[in-house]
Amino acid sequence: MVQKAMPIAVALEEATVAFRLADARVYTAVEKANLSVAHGEFVAIVGPTGCGKSTLLNVAAGLLKPAAGVVRIFDQPLSGLNRQAGYLFQADALFPWKTALDNVAIGLEIAGAPRAQALQRAQGWLGAVGLGAFANRYPHMLSGGQRKRVGLAQVLIRDPKILLMDEPFGPLDAQTRQIMGNLLLDLWNADRKAVLFVTHDLEEAIALADRVVIMSAGPSARIIGDWRVPLARPRDIFEARLDKDFHALHREIWAVLKAEVMKGYAQSSQAAEAG
Amino acid sequence: MPRLTLLLLQLLVAVVALALWQLLSTVPVFGKLVLPPFFFSNPVDVAAQIVAWFSSGVIWKHLLITLWESILAFAIGSAGGVMVGFWFARQPKVAAVFDPYVKMVNALPRVVLAPIFTLWLGLGIWSKVALGVTLVFFIVFFNVYQGVKEVSQTVLDNGRMLGMSERQLMRHVYWPSALSWMFSSLHTSVGFAVVGAVVGEYLGSAAGLGYLIQQAEGMFDVAGVFAGMFVLSAFVILIDFAVTLVERRLLVWRPVAADHRE
Repeated sequence: MVQKAMPIAVALEEATVAFRLADARVYTAVEKANLSVAHGEFVAIVGPTGCGKSTLLNVAAGLLKPAAGVVRIFDQPLSGLNRQAGYLFQADALFPWKTALDNVAIGLEIAGAPRAQALQRAQGWLGAVGLGAFANRYPHMLSGGQRKRVGLAQVLIRDPKILLMDEPFGPLDAQTRQIMGNLLLDLWNADRKAVLFVTHDLEEAIALADRVVIMSAGPSARIIGDWRVPLARPRDIFEARLDKDFHALHREIWAVLKAEVMKGYAQSSQAAEAG
Repeated sequence: MPRLTLLLLQLLVAVVALALWQLLSTVPVFGKLVLPPFFFSNPVDVAAQIVAWFSSGVIWKHLLITLWESILAFAIGSAGGVMVGFWFARQPKVAAVFDPYVKMVNALPRVVLAPIFTLWLGLGIWSKVALGVTLVFFIVFFNVYQGVKEVSQTVLDNGRMLGMSERQLMRHVYWPSALSWMFSSLHTSVGFAVVGAVVGEYLGSAAGLGYLIQQAEGMFDVAGVFAGMFVLSAFVILIDFAVTLVERRLLVWRPVAADHRE
């Protein structure tokens, strides 16, 4: 495989993440997670709701410090924020007081680019995500899918080496998700950044990724499986979903994931009854 | 309802109210006036007084004074509120120390401060400005404080991940968020600036709309009191309209649902 020769963009080594709860108990969200993403590799993390997928992503972003273990970004131990990464959040993260154009341009502006130049490039990126005509709209005037497109442009304009995505298409409807998935693959294909993509949707994970990583139900979630996706690139996810390799892999992973999903569901319903 | 009908109905309310007032204060019912002129005057006299003020030009001086006091009170109170609100929100320890005192001062009905301000600052405009400032300051302060505290964590994280320094976060995230909260209370704070000015004038001054009303009252000139009230409310409506225009320009980015006042 070509990817084997590539440097490792993100490496989590025995990363444990714990939170102190309000009643002073310690909640271990993720325990001893080992994960690596090679440069140019698209890795999807799938797991039951509340298993700590997003926590792991925040660790890779440097927004959270692991309680134990090491995070390496291109072989350098990470301290503070991960400056090489772009992060696409699950929730709305656009600046509501800026227009779509200004939202995209901001990353360049704060890095010191002249405003005119930043705006020009932002306009180009808005075009690339299909929103060239919406430059002057404020986020509340855009649909959920359009906001995600602006978010994607906002992150990609900085040309980060690593792309972290936290269920970015979660709130969207099924059709829009597929369209966004294809858009993402098209943009990614141009320069193949390392991608760490968190989702709870196994189909989405297989259709998009080179590798699918499965996490167990929390607390103390672990990484319990790692599959390589045998689908060709470049890919169209509408077609990928019809491929027989897709179905075989889906069946194989689901056999493992299903048990965790049931466990996670049982835990969350118990917690709901206890609370 | 069509606009024209609405407008006509609104006009009708005014016409009926004024007509009733005029009738009851001039035409005796069973040999008695329902609204004795000494206490209620009548619309014609009030209108005559207003016309007299405007045609002689005396009113302009008073209007300008009140306007100037309101503007100063609003500007100083807002500036102070924004600065202290920002400071407290970014320094929770400072906020915690000052918290009981802020509550104490805010609990005080501001009118009782007027005599002290008059004592300290004299009968000129500054004692009125000071009264307005104490009113405006707290509204803006609480809003800015809230605005800075309630910045979405996701938006903040996004700013950080996009490479913003603390100063850039301040400028691109905290500041716009705080301003939007401040502007959402713009009508209230501008209104209070006027209240401060007028109440201050009423309690002791030599000019302004409050002074005009107080003078008329002192001479049992009820027509003058009502005339002053009408001019004052027209004045406030005009200011409020100006605020709406400013707000519309500044808060274009806000969803309409969050703008349900009016």
